[in-house]
Amino acid sequence: MKTLNIVESAYRATLEEQDDTIVWLTHAMKGAGAKIDVLMRGNAVSYVVRGQKVPPLAFGARQQRMSPRLLEDVAGLIAKGVAVYVVNEDLVERGIERTDIIDGPIPLVRSDLPELLDKYPRVWHW
Amino acid sequence: MAKTTLTFALMDPPYEDARSTTALRLVDIAARRGYNVNVFAYEGAVFLPFALQKPHANAVHGLDVEAEDHPQTREWVAALIKECERNGGRLDWLNCGLCVDERGAGDSIPGVRRGTPADLWKMAEESDNTLVIAAK
Repeated sequence: MKTLNIVESAYRATLEEQDDTIVWLTHAMKGAGAKIDVLMRGNAVSYVVRGQKVPPLAFGARQQRMSPRLLEDVAGLIAKGVAVYVVNEDLVERGIERTDIIDGPIPLVRSDLPELLDKYPRVWHW
Repeated sequence: MAKTTLTFALMDPPYEDARSTTALRLVDIAARRGYNVNVFAYEGAVFLPFALQKPHANAVHGLDVEAEDHPQTREWVAALIKECERNGGRLDWLNCGLCVDERGAGDSIPGVRRGTPADLWKMAEESDNTLVIAAK
């Protein structure tokens, strides 16, 4: 059964987890054989902006070595055959141009969402 | 001139949102400046210095435990306690005892003590300022 993960809460504990928990979960489920796609909406559309980097966090002498690489993690989903949709209006509201995002995500407008959601028997809005 | 003392009241558990790291960034700045810092960990925040946190490998990243080097907030709290000491200040981290009990979060790292809401009041009274970073 096809599942659509809708990711809306972006950058939630990504420094501590060293990834986005739902992008990670999608990777894990895809690896287990799930038929699963992702819709980025709200602040999560920032995950597909090219050139983003997270500097390692340091508290006192504890230096982080593996800071999150959200863009690479999303690109990795696409490389595995996961369709990654992004809501165009959410890009526009944040001043993100189509040229700012990596190749691969599928932009769609909000009015397309009912048709998209209708294709998935399971829709999980995170 | 008297040493600056700041109190932070934290409420969020680790691994849930960005407020915990934001709070610890602020504590880190205060630590580097040699301030005295009080932290009153309330509700889920009592798990920030939980001693039984363990790192894990990350199969999605293709990394073993060592390479993934997964952060544990208990290490961050310990590092901040040391950073305060190194700069001539001190970090007094106090976990709300009732919050600890209801969560079974009694195993904290050394340097963390148990207290009550009355301690938050005392900390605030003795501080130059208090910042509440509440759960939303």
